[in-house]
Amino acid sequence: MYDPTVARLTYRGLLGRRRALILGALPVLLIVISVAVRFFAGTDDQVAADVLGGFALATMVPIIGVIAGTGAIGPEIDDGSVVYLLSKPVKRPTIIFTKLIVAIAVTMVFSAVPTMVAGLILNGNGQQVAVAYTVAALVASIAYAAIFLLLGTVTRHAVVFGLVYALVWEALFGSLVSGARTLSVQQWALSVAHEVTGGDLVTSDVSLPVAAVLLVVVTAAATWYAGQRLRSLTLAGEE
Amino acid sequence: MSTLRIDHVSRWFGNVVAVNDITMTVGPGVTGLLGPNGAGKSTLINMMGGFLSPSTGSVTLDGQPVWRNEKIYRHIGIVPEREAMYDVLTGREFVLANAELHGLGAKAADRALATVEMQYAQDRRISTYSKGMRQRVKMASALVHDPSLLLLDEPFNGMDPRQRMQLMDLLRRMGGEGRTVLFSSHILEEVEQLAAHIEVIVAGRHAAGGDFRRIRRLMTDRPHRYLVRSSDDRTLAAALIADPSTSGIEVDPKEDALLVQAVDFGRFTTLLPRVAREHGIRLLTVSPSDESLESVFSYLVAA
Repeated sequence: MYDPTVARLTYRGLLGRRRALILGALPVLLIVISVAVRFFAGTDDQVAADVLGGFALATMVPIIGVIAGTGAIGPEIDDGSVVYLLSKPVKRPTIIFTKLIVAIAVTMVFSAVPTMVAGLILNGNGQQVAVAYTVAALVASIAYAAIFLLLGTVTRHAVVFGLVYALVWEALFGSLVSGARTLSVQQWALSVAHEVTGGDLVTSDVSLPVAAVLLVVVTAAATWYAGQRLRSLTLAGEE
Repeated sequence: MSTLRIDHVSRWFGNVVAVNDITMTVGPGVTGLLGPNGAGKSTLINMMGGFLSPSTGSVTLDGQPVWRNEKIYRHIGIVPEREAMYDVLTGREFVLANAELHGLGAKAADRALATVEMQYAQDRRISTYSKGMRQRVKMASALVHDPSLLLLDEPFNGMDPRQRMQLMDLLRRMGGEGRTVLFSSHILEEVEQLAAHIEVIVAGRHAAGGDFRRIRRLMTDRPHRYLVRSSDDRTLAAALIADPSTSGIEVDPKEDALLVQAVDFGRFTTLLPRVAREHGIRLLTVSPSDESLESVFSYLVAA
């Protein structure tokens, strides 16, 4: 199911110079904000939760997910170099699964790790806030990577659609329409985080069973369908 | 020894028919797929390589379907036309990755790099390679698993003459070893130098196929039309029509020129300057009026 060569090609592409800069920019921004907040506002659990929930989980994690998820396959399909993967006796689902693992790992490293660091800076993990949001970021990384990897196999405009989903659906609709929150990776991740830490600062609108089922189903379905898409990926000529 | 069979294959994109009911068999040796740009060569090669499903018909390699059958790639090596190829890697890393995806190792990669004579630059990044070097590394990646069928889409595009000759030698050797080698080109001379067997595609149709010399004769024996301007058009016309290599001459007053139709191309090209010199006529313009590839090909279709 996992092919180390596909993985190597994927992360070499993902961590190429330009994309690595973009991946690194948001975590750096989060740390800078955290240091500034700690410096000016002191230690405050509610403020810490607001920063981690409002910026880290709601904005940074999905954007990192879009870049890593779509970037794990989109550029190869776009420039045609995916032909070197497809012209091999390697099962298509294996290619997708491997790329998913790489996308999840990259998303986790660039989102969960800085979330933890930011949490420690903000309030030294008071009321388990840092751990809770780190767990949420880890959980969300899996689902985002799967969804955006699928998007990368389906459309050439995966980054745009991904950002629209992450910012408009999760952030805007989620805050206006409560129903949209049920279908939000962010809420599912919060639900798991709430369960893990038991604190009251991290809450979700979605109950844990619903969140868990939706997380598993969405991740599995997106991965399966991406594999199917790759099986019949068409490389049209340039004429 | 592998045989690729294309059986009544058509492919359309929306309302556009790119490949129209083509049937052909490609066997061991070098075969040239010749046709003008936009004729459907790439579409056909993509279907041969399993990257595009035929709208109707089937493509099989030794009886096995090519579409949606990743196992078939144990026997197929593909050299795509597009340039992109993991530019952040070095040549060796790239070829090694290709070998590993076939379940092979460093030995296979090194052998393939030696075959294309790229060892000297194998540790440089692909992004620093010239067009010809890229093409050779692509070749190496297609050869790592010693395939019986090699598909190359416009492999000579943008190569300089020396690189072209090297690649031709290599392909000839591959064909001589009993591999089935198919390459596409829109340049007649390229195909002529390399392939004994050619398949001609024009506007999505299979226009001709078979021995190169027969098709070349069809192409050169057709009437050639020239537009000629000289210091004395009518004297020149009279002298030319006296020779059997000229089948017709029209005086075109609007263009202020002669439209000459020649049936024997080789003879006419030596006749024209000789006649002009003998009569002291200065040739001002000699231009083939239908020398474009499309007209050559459409003549073939009509034949």
